[in-house]
Formats: sequence, C-alpha cells, structure tokens
Amino acid sequence: MLEANTNIIRLNGAEKHFGAVRALNGVDFHVVSGECVGLVGHNGAGKSTLMHMVAGTLRPDGGEIAVRGNAETEYSVARALKLGIRCVFQELSLCPNLSIAENTRINHPALTGFGWRRKAAALIAAKLDEIFPDHGISADDVAGDLSIGRRQMVEVARAFTVTRDPLDLVILDEPTSSLDAHTAGQLLAFVRRFVASGGSCILISHVLGEVLQNADRIVVMRDGKVVAADAATAFDRDRLVATMGGAEAREKIATEFAAARPAGSPVRVRARPARQEDGKELVARAGEIIGLAGLAGHGQTDLLLAIFAAATRRKPGIEVTAPVALVAGDRQSDGIFPQWSISENIGIRSLSQLRKGLLISPQREAALAEFWKQKIGIRTPDMANNIFSLSGGNQQKALFARALGSDAEIVLMDDPMRGVDIGTKLEVYELVREEAAKGRTFLWYTTETEELDNCDHIHVFKNGRIVAHLGRDELTEEKIIQSSFGDAA
Amino acid sequence: MTLLRTLTAKPWIWSFLGALLVWLATIAFTGGYGGGGMVTAALSLAVFTVIVGVGQMFVITLGPGNVDLSLPANIGLASAVAMKVMGGSDSMIVVGLLAAIACGAAIGAVNYLLIWALRIPPIIATLSASFIIQSIDISYGRGLQIKPPPGFASFTNWQILGIPVLAILTVLFTIGAAIALQRMIYGRSVLAIGQNIRAAWLAGVNVGRIRFLTYTLSGALGGIDGALLAGYFRGANVDIGNEYLLASIAVVVIGGTSVAGGKANVPGVWGAALFLVLLLTMLNTFGVSAGVRLLLTGLIIVGVITVAGGEKALR
Amino acid sequence: MLRSLLPALSLALVVIAIAWLNPRAISYFGFTLMLNLAIPIALATIAQMFVIAGNELDLSIGTFVGFVGCVTATWLKDAPLLGVIILVGAIGVYALLGALIHLRNLPSIVVTLGMSFVWQGLAILVLPKPGGKAPDWLLSLMAFKPPYIPFPIIAALVIAAVVHFGLMRTSYGVILRGSGGNPAALRRAGWSLLRTKITLFALTGLFGVLSGMALIGITTSADANIGNGYTLLAIAGVILGGGEFVGGRVSPIGAVLGALTLALAASPLLTFMHIPPDWQVAANGAILIIVLAARVLISRRER
Repeated sequence: MLEANTNIIRLNGAEKHFGAVRALNGVDFHVVSGECVGLVGHNGAGKSTLMHMVAGTLRPDGGEIAVRGNAETEYSVARALKLGIRCVFQELSLCPNLSIAENTRINHPALTGFGWRRKAAALIAAKLDEIFPDHGISADDVAGDLSIGRRQMVEVARAFTVTRDPLDLVILDEPTSSLDAHTAGQLLAFVRRFVASGGSCILISHVLGEVLQNADRIVVMRDGKVVAADAATAFDRDRLVATMGGAEAREKIATEFAAARPAGSPVRVRARPARQEDGKELVARAGEIIGLAGLAGHGQTDLLLAIFAAATRRKPGIEVTAPVALVAGDRQSDGIFPQWSISENIGIRSLSQLRKGLLISPQREAALAEFWKQKIGIRTPDMANNIFSLSGGNQQKALFARALGSDAEIVLMDDPMRGVDIGTKLEVYELVREEAAKGRTFLWYTTETEELDNCDHIHVFKNGRIVAHLGRDELTEEKIIQSSFGDAA
Repeated sequence: MTLLRTLTAKPWIWSFLGALLVWLATIAFTGGYGGGGMVTAALSLAVFTVIVGVGQMFVITLGPGNVDLSLPANIGLASAVAMKVMGGSDSMIVVGLLAAIACGAAIGAVNYLLIWALRIPPIIATLSASFIIQSIDISYGRGLQIKPPPGFASFTNWQILGIPVLAILTVLFTIGAAIALQRMIYGRSVLAIGQNIRAAWLAGVNVGRIRFLTYTLSGALGGIDGALLAGYFRGANVDIGNEYLLASIAVVVIGGTSVAGGKANVPGVWGAALFLVLLLTMLNTFGVSAGVRLLLTGLIIVGVITVAGGEKALR
Repeated sequence: MLRSLLPALSLALVVIAIAWLNPRAISYFGFTLMLNLAIPIALATIAQMFVIAGNELDLSIGTFVGFVGCVTATWLKDAPLLGVIILVGAIGVYALLGALIHLRNLPSIVVTLGMSFVWQGLAILVLPKPGGKAPDWLLSLMAFKPPYIPFPIIAALVIAAVVHFGLMRTSYGVILRGSGGNPAALRRAGWSLLRTKITLFALTGLFGVLSGMALIGITTSADANIGNGYTLLAIAGVILGGGEFVGGRVSPIGAVLGALTLALAASPLLTFMHIPPDWQVAANGAILIIVLAARVLISRRER
C-alpha cells in the first residue's frame, strides 16, 4: 500500500520497436512523488521513446504501465493528463499561429465559457512571472513571432499551469537547450522548489552538471536499456560518462589517432557565421577534420547549410573551393528518399558520373552501390531493396556512401551519428579518418563530445557565433561546456 | 501465374482493366456493334488527355502542393495562337505548331516565375495566371472561329488501319517520357524533389532549375495540345481546354501516380485516359443525361482516390 | 503590422479609385448596386476560409453554391420541408468528406475536384434548364432596404462579426485554428483531429448553403452553372484577406474585406475605367498577383 501511494508511475519491462530498430528493450522505470529523476544517455539510447510512453503519446509493444499502483491498460495522452502527468517535448509543441494565451487554452480543456481568454492570459502570465521573473513575454504575443528561447520558456511555464486536472509529474526533455545560462538557472531553481513542495520531475539533459546538481536520483540508459539507477550523490561526472558508454570508443580513437596534419595544405573552406561580430572564422584545409561543437541548435547546422549553399551560389563571408556533399543527421527529413532502393539513394549525388550518353546506366549505379556495400559494410542481402529495409545505423551508412561515393572534396556532417549504435560509429570514424588522409576535408558538427576526438581543430558555437577555437590536445568536455555556457559551467 | 502476379503488382494495370471492362459493358449493350469504331474514337480522344496528363504528372510528382491549374486557359490560348499563325495555310503548319509550343512554354515559365518570385503556392500562382491568360485569349481570339489549314485538320484525323496516327505518335512520346522519368537526370531529380525537397537539395539536386523545367514542360505540352485540339475539332475556341483541368489531374491520380509526390507512372496515364473516354462513351451509349454523367464521373474520381489514398496529401 | 492592414488598404484603394472615376457611385444607391453580389461572395469566401484554416482546400464550393441555388429555386419554394432536409443533408455530406479526408489521409484538392462534378451533376438533375424561383421570404430579405447604410454593407459587417467571434474568440475556435497551426501538438494535448476536420468541413458546407441561398435571393431564379466562378473568387478572397494556405492563419474580417474588394473590383471599377468586359477576369488575376507581391515586399521589410 505504501508503494502504491508514493509511486507516481511505474513501467515494467517496457518494449518498443520501430521497424528493424529496437528502441526500448525491456525497461523498468519508476518515479516517486517528491523526487526529481535525472535521465541521461547518449542520443538514441531510448530516453525520448521511454518518455513518450510515460506521457502516453506512444504505446509500448510489451510491458506494463501502472499509475499510483493501478495498472493502466488503456493508457493515452488524455489519460495521462487526467492523472496529472505532463510532458514538455523536445520538439516545440506550440501552435505558431496562436497567441500565448490561446496556446495555454489548448492544454486546458477546462478553460471555456465566458471570460476564458482573460483566465488563460492570467494563468500563463502568473506562471511565467513565477518561473522567469523578468521574462518580457505578453500573453497576447503570437507564438510564431517569439524567439526560440522565449517559446521554450512559454512551453515550460505552460506545463506547470493548473486548472481542473492535477499536476504531479512533469517530464522536462532538454528544457534548457534553447535557454541562456541565466534563464536556465531560473528554470532549474523553480524545478527544485516544485519538487520540494511535493511534485515530481523527470529531467533529461545533455549537460551532465545540470542533472548532477538538480536530480535526486539518476537513471542511465544505453542501447534501449537502463544500465544504472542510483541516488544522484552516488554519481560523479566520470562515473556518469563511463556508464553512458563510449569510453572504450574514446580510448580506441585516442590510440589510433595519427599525428596532426601538416598545416601547409590548400584552404578548402573559409567561413564566418552570419552573426559573428569579431574576426573569428572557420578555416578548413585539405585533409583536415574540423569539429563544430557547442550545445544543440547554436548555429552549427546553419553554418554548414550556408557553406553548402555557397558551393553553388556565391555568398558573402564564405569561400568554398571544391565540390561539397552533406551527410544529414536528421535522416528522415534531410536525407532519405523513402520510395527508393538503397542503390538509388546512394547514386543520387553522383548522377552525372553514372551516365552513359544521356541515360543513367543501371550497371554503373549498381557497381557504385556494390563498391560501397563492401567498403562501408552495409548489411543487406540486396542493394536493390528499399532503403527502409535497413536498420537506422545502416541507413546512415548509406548516406555516408552517398557523400563519400561522390566527387565531393569537402564533406559536411550534420551530427550524423544521432541514434546510431556504437559498432557502426567506430566503423564510420575509421572511414572518415581514412578519407581525410587521402586529402578530403571534413566539417563535423556533433553533439557527442567524444566524437570530437577525431577532429584536428574544434570550433565551439554559442548563439550563432564561434566563441572558442580549440586544438585537439586542448580538448576536454569541461572546456567545451565552459565555452558553450559562457562563464556559467 | 507469376506473370499475373507481376502484372497485378503494377499500379497501372487497374486503369487498363477498368477501360477494358467499360468497353466490354458497352459492346455488350450494343450487342457487339461498333466495338472497333469505339476503340478508334477512344484512342483519338484519349491522346489529348494523355499529352496534358503527362505534363500534369511531372508537376504533381514534384510533391505536395504542386499542380498546374492554368492548363485549360493555356490550351485555349495556344489553340487560338496556332490557328492564327497557321492562318489556314498548309505551309505555316510547322510554324504554327512551334508558336503554340512557345506560347505554352512561356505560360509555364511565367507560372514558375510567380511561384518563385512571390513565394506563393503553385495552386494560387497558376490560378492567377490562368485568369490573365483567359482574358488574353478572349480578347485575342475575339468572336472569330478560326479554322485550321486543311492539311493540319486531316493530319490530326489521319488513321492507318483504324489506328489514329496521332495516337501512335503519342505512344512514342509517352515512351520517351517514361525513359526520361526513370533513366535521365531530369526524371530522377523530379522524383527526388517529390519525395523530399529538402533532402533533394542537400543531395545536390538543382531544385530551382528542375522545378522551372517541369512547369515549362507542362506549359509546352498544354500548348501543343491546344494546337492539336484545334486541328481535330476544326477550329480554336476559348473553352476548348475547359474539361482538361479535371481530366489532367484525374488521369494522373487514377493512373497510379502518387499525389504525395515522388512516384510517377506513365503507362497509367494512358490507361486512365482510355478509361475516362470509354466511360463517357458508355454513358452516352446508355443514353443517360448530362447530369448523371457528371455525377458518375465525379463519384468515380472520389472513389478511386479513396481506394488508392492513404498517403500524404497534395497540399 | 502593415501586413495586417493590407486587406483594408486594398479595399480603401478600390473605393478611392471608384470615387475618383465616378463620384456619384459613392452613394446609398451606388453601393447597393455595386455590392449587389457581395453577400453571396462573402459567404462563399468564409466557407472556403474554414477549410483553409484546417490546411485543406475546397475546389467544389462554386458548383456546390450552384447546386444549393438550384435546390433553393425549386424544392425550397415548392416543398420547403424537403428542401431543408436536402440542404441539411448536403452539409452532412461535407462533414462526411471531412471525415473521409482525415481518415484516409486524402488530398483534399482531388477529392473536392471530383465533388465539383458531383454537385454540378446534381444541380443539372434538379434543374435541367435555367429557371425556378426563389421563395418569397428570401426575395424580400435580400431586397431589404435599411435606412442610411446599404444592406450589403450591414450584411458584410454581421457576417464578419459573427464568424470573427466564433472562430477567433471562442474557446473551440482556438482548437479549430490550432489544428491548422500544429496538428501534432493538438493531438498530444488530447484533442481529436477527426472532430476538428469534420467541424471545419461542416462549417464550409453551412456557409456554402447560405451563399447559394443569398445568391438566389438576389438573382431570383437559378441556373446549374450559376456558382461556377465562386470557387476561384472564394480562394482569391481568402488570400486577399490575409489568409495563408497552411498554418491555420486566416482572418474572417480580412476574408470579408477581400470578398468586398473583389466584388467592387470585378465589375464596377473596371466599367468605370472603361475596361472592356474581356479583361475583367484578367483584372482579378492581376489584383491577386499585385496583393501577393505587396505582401512579399512588406514581409521582407518587416524582417
């Protein structure tokens, strides 16, 4: 009986598959009332999938969900909301065409009848005042007109507003990703007050310091499983990093890594971010691997896209001297052609080389695909199969094959290892270093610090600008976090 | 058995089956009388739908939101331009045809210019353009019924062994279109853009140029269609293209091309065009009224898209 | 800021142009005459606006208006009960289309293009030859001459106010617009997208019915092709009124202003400018392009 009262939610043996990808592999997870649970793990470890289950937006393929000790067979978003469980999703869920007050109304079925607009406006304004005292947002502002940071503030504040339904558990998935250090601090202080007053929170963050300082208990996930769960005081940064995995990879890279390349090779890319005010710029020479680091969404992708666009049309501030190819990180929206076979997906970047006369030669296309199947190890019986017959990691390999099989001398990588298993990663790292040794230039944006070990130089980004330039030997996670956050580590 | 299975796996087979069924139903009604003549007539008429249908297919394959609503106005204007340039003289046939193609291509290019410069959805761009084209046509072709040169009129009606020559030429053209779609950089690029325009750009496809070419191609095909229609029906007029707005979209959809973009089907355009023409012939043979004919045509289109649907929308 | 004033600005420009070309037109009778067809156009525009709010498009609204007109001039006069049942049933068909489009994930432009033939066919079946007569109560309603302000202007104000309140101020109106703005977020908040789509399509049907009835109240008799031009007018009106095709950004007041602009620009202005009727269709296209171009310029400046 005691457990039934204190456990807000409990999942037993939760499982979820997406096609060939096993996102969750029998996970046990629970949250007690009045605690803040920190959830950490690399991209693709299954954190988001697990949280979608807690919020009711995804149904598990196997396992049980119980809320306050009662088994829930028909668990859904509506049910979760009724039971006082809410989620602030990583991707923004405001309606850009509606005002802040109207967006608040969407989450509160009880806000109806005469005067609902005034009530909604008062509700959200009071919560914004409480969490972010100097927010400067009006309830009449249209969501689409706000900056991304302010939208995130609204979204967090909205999750903590209460009308008819209770509020017991709030899931915060990377809530500080678009906030500056000051507002991030305000939010985390509020989370601690909320937990102290008896509420519960799940805090997901890439900034391990945030989790270590604010969580009562930390759950570590890896490859769709929970690999450690303990009181926060039992962890320090090194233990967290070690448990999350990737340490072996790091050692392997460190031992294999060759000496720095000669500085005299020709300049391939010279680029300054549009918002850069000082003289800092990114210079990449033939054979170099340049890392773009910093928190997610701080202008790294924008710079890569600007360089990509500058290869075909002249742009001020960016100089590109060789053909460019891009490896997308968000496979579904930026990379994959869902109707096509694996070979067609690889061949699209090289169509003019695959031609015989006016027509594309099927033999040459197949030969290109077969070459990269062997070289990069794409695991499939037939390259003529649809691209979706591959697992996520192998789809990503096909995208690498598309770029590396082309005539591009410069390869841009937009955080391409999201949600990819460690084995694939090691294979691709090796290939990238091999290609760089042959003279190709790589610009590599990554959110995973240990990948930066592959790079010759690292540029750290903050608010659309380059704020620091690190050589390979100066690289530590602390240094990057320090630069990413300015003075607040 | 395996032949049957590979055939039923092709999305275009259904439109041909539908056409066959409608044909059988009609000759069963007439007691076998006029079956051959019906095929000849259907081929002659289907040609005009196929030509604009192929243009519309490339446009729709560009992905959600892409559609050319200016085709009817385009056909009307091009028919007038062709007839005026030909001026009833056989020696001017080629020049007239070229003028019609140029007129159509110019309309297509303007369409894309509007889409690109004003960043407006193709639906509203081609719609606004069609308003203007319509007016130009009304004032340009004002009042007079312009006759085609006798040589052109007989060319568009020319048959060999009951098979219209125009249909044979159009089959050759569609084979060319199918090759362009699957085996040329242009076609591959169209398919890539239709599946995911952003991914296509990031994979090095010149998105702007391919879209420009596609709208221009659709316009040029509308232009040539206008000239041929004027020859076949012995005269240009403003309303000559009206039925080709729905027809061009319908043959694309019924023919198995995905309205979500990125998946096109050339043979299906032929099957669907024959199906629609034969359906009209059948309803006429049965003696149903114009109201019932429209009603059934509409219901069949809604029915086909409902059965074939389940993918993301055209907008 | 400037952008939201654009619909009112376009209308003012057209009125000023008319006043300059023919000052006598700016009078009670002038407006009553010039805005003769503004009410059905405004209602059809509002109808189109509802589907556009849900990221869909209705290419059948014109023939639907024609069908409603034919029913109004025949059944509604001769057998009112049956007429009402048919019209309510037609709204039900719209609701079903909304459900079908949502459940089967169909492209609305193909479905409604097909439906445009269905409505036209039905219209011809109901009224094979032009004719029929509007019910007397409808005739006297549309011929209403209030003091001081012409009836079309009062009607436009009422339509704009009612729809603005319903869609922009009520709590369910927010959900309807949200379904166009971010459907995924709405679903996550526990709302039914099927219900919003059905509601939006039913509202389109309802305003289509009102438009057809108003049209017959003015023209007194019907014709199966009477509404054909309304599909394009309605889309143009929504866009002129500041609406956008995706993202749930629509404005009922803007849509009514857009409809009035089109009604004035379509024939009175051009007649005063001595532009031959041949070019009146082109003028509609040109106005659309000019307004869209102005919008692009303004949003570039504001960025």
